[in-house]
Amino acid sequence: MAKMSIADALKTAIAEEMRRDKNVYCIGEDEDIPGGMGGAFTVTKGLADEFGFDRVINTPISEIMISGVCVGSAMMGMRPVADLQYGDFLFCMMDQLCNQAAKMCYMSGGKVHVPMVMRAPCGASNRGAQHAQSLESYFTHVPGLKVICPSTAYDAKGLMKQAIRDDNPVLVFEHKLLYGSKRKEKDAISTVGEVPEDDYTIEFGKAAVRKEGKDITIVANLLMSYKALEAAAVLEGEGISCEVIDPRTLVPFDYDTVLESVKKTGRLMIVHEDHYNCGWGAQVASWFAENAIYELNAPISRVCAYDVPIPFSPVLESYVIPSKEKIIEAARNLMKA
Amino acid sequence: MPSKKKAMAMYERMYLIRKYEETIYYLFLEGIMPGTIHQSTGQEACAVGMLFDLSKDDFMASTHRPAGHDIAKGVSVKSMMCEMFGKEEGCCHGKGGAMHTGEFSVGALTANAIVGGNIPIAAGVALAFKMQNKPNVIVCFMGDGATNEGSFHETMNAAAIWKLPVVYVCENNLYSATTSIKLTCNKDNPAADRAPSYNIPAEIIDGNDVLAVNEAATRAISRARKGDGPTILELKTYRHGGHSRNDACGYRPKDEEKLWIQDRDPVKLFRARLLAEKVATEEELQKIEKEQEADVQAAVDYAEKAPFPPLESALHDVYWEGGNK
Repeated sequence: MAKMSIADALKTAIAEEMRRDKNVYCIGEDEDIPGGMGGAFTVTKGLADEFGFDRVINTPISEIMISGVCVGSAMMGMRPVADLQYGDFLFCMMDQLCNQAAKMCYMSGGKVHVPMVMRAPCGASNRGAQHAQSLESYFTHVPGLKVICPSTAYDAKGLMKQAIRDDNPVLVFEHKLLYGSKRKEKDAISTVGEVPEDDYTIEFGKAAVRKEGKDITIVANLLMSYKALEAAAVLEGEGISCEVIDPRTLVPFDYDTVLESVKKTGRLMIVHEDHYNCGWGAQVASWFAENAIYELNAPISRVCAYDVPIPFSPVLESYVIPSKEKIIEAARNLMKA
Repeated sequence: MPSKKKAMAMYERMYLIRKYEETIYYLFLEGIMPGTIHQSTGQEACAVGMLFDLSKDDFMASTHRPAGHDIAKGVSVKSMMCEMFGKEEGCCHGKGGAMHTGEFSVGALTANAIVGGNIPIAAGVALAFKMQNKPNVIVCFMGDGATNEGSFHETMNAAAIWKLPVVYVCENNLYSATTSIKLTCNKDNPAADRAPSYNIPAEIIDGNDVLAVNEAATRAISRARKGDGPTILELKTYRHGGHSRNDACGYRPKDEEKLWIQDRDPVKLFRARLLAEKVATEEELQKIEKEQEADVQAAVDYAEKAPFPPLESALHDVYWEGGNK
């Protein structure tokens, strides 16, 4: 079994699928320019050496075109894997994602489908407000799209392969500080982990329990799943036992696993780097209020980015997004409630 | 003039589109049909001229004004009429409506009601043909208004670089909804004049002359099939009605309307030419016309009585369920 970063696990998954299915291809800006970076974060670097530039397509900076080409080619049986460099650029292609990709199957009465993957690097990393966002919640609101967020190397390979094989449009949110690629990022967390060489996929809608606990259920995705684990280690010393659940996919969302945990702990905290107002945690909180309120012994707690654009200054940026300390504080308050 | 067989078949399609659109219009006036309409009456020569020679494995991408394109590509009038009534047997099983008609199995993509939305999608279809080594092409329609969308410019640039097998057809009917193209583009020919920027060849054609359109289509489709890349065709035409159902066209000069609607009606012009060049007799044309009228009426009778979709169907096909017929 090989040890690798998330960046290399994603590359491995894409390469394996391209070998398996000749309809799989990569498309994006700076996708694999000789001497270039391979997208912005090295994931697609070197793929053209094996698959050629007909299947690893470098595009003009034209997000509407890229996303529309994905939709059109996908309807004809291709399986595009597009790279966006920065998830913030999703806004440049909203029509193609939300009006076209998401609705084509439905509007056609189930006669066509759009198997495409849109890879969106996300998360604050000292780049300012337009290269920092965690936009996953926007897309959880659009029927027809699937939204996934791999946070370990093992998951990255298995979920990416599943995304490529899925017959629907899938947005993949990849956190910049979790890639672990050669491109160094301040405050990056090493995600190098065991990745089996075999051809495995991970079913969507199956959350992973990262740590078992009995007092508080913490649901956290991407970088925040690591912050939650750091906080849980500190809280353990205070006698507060946290169960940390990484949902792994937001659409579909595994309510069952979270519910089982809440039945045990009686307390629910949701942590995400996406904004507080209408963030996906609001949906999860609402679901528990509607369906499981009698399992709760305390109000639901949400730790999210403040509702401001992400500022540049490193001190301001870390103030705005959730941290280990904020999670610890929220957990202490939950135990008092 | 093509062979008599082809010429008569072209006239038949044009007349069918005309009759279909007229019938829809009256059904709306009578309040029988739900929804809204964006009609292609007056633009029949564009649809038939462009699409007549395509095979069913070639594709067509249409707009919010799709009926003529769909009929010309071979979508059945019965399934379109059922869709207009929101019925289960509609070509989109009642989930699409007037702006989303289409039938993948005959090469008519689900029509696109976002102006310019279909332009990059057509490039994607063309890229797939190229990657799959297929000999096919796609014809993508747009209105003059779409040439001011970012999707137009992003896609023309890429389609030219990649030499995609696609023909972009601008049906320039002089108005983006109610706004004159003179107010929205500083060029006389909003599609064709911009083509040189992308190094794409372009032609400006009388869009109400079905044979001129068909000849230009043959040239552009042949270029695309040979791997020589995209062509932009700008077809000068006119919609007889308003932009949509409630548009009384108060912004159009009366002499302009008379010129286009009375003197340059594409169906009347082609009919007169078929007679003048003795391709067809009056009796032959009347026979075709009666048949098309009967087909449209049969579609209306059928669609009115056809069942609505079961309510639970509204919750299906959000995600792919393996393919409906």
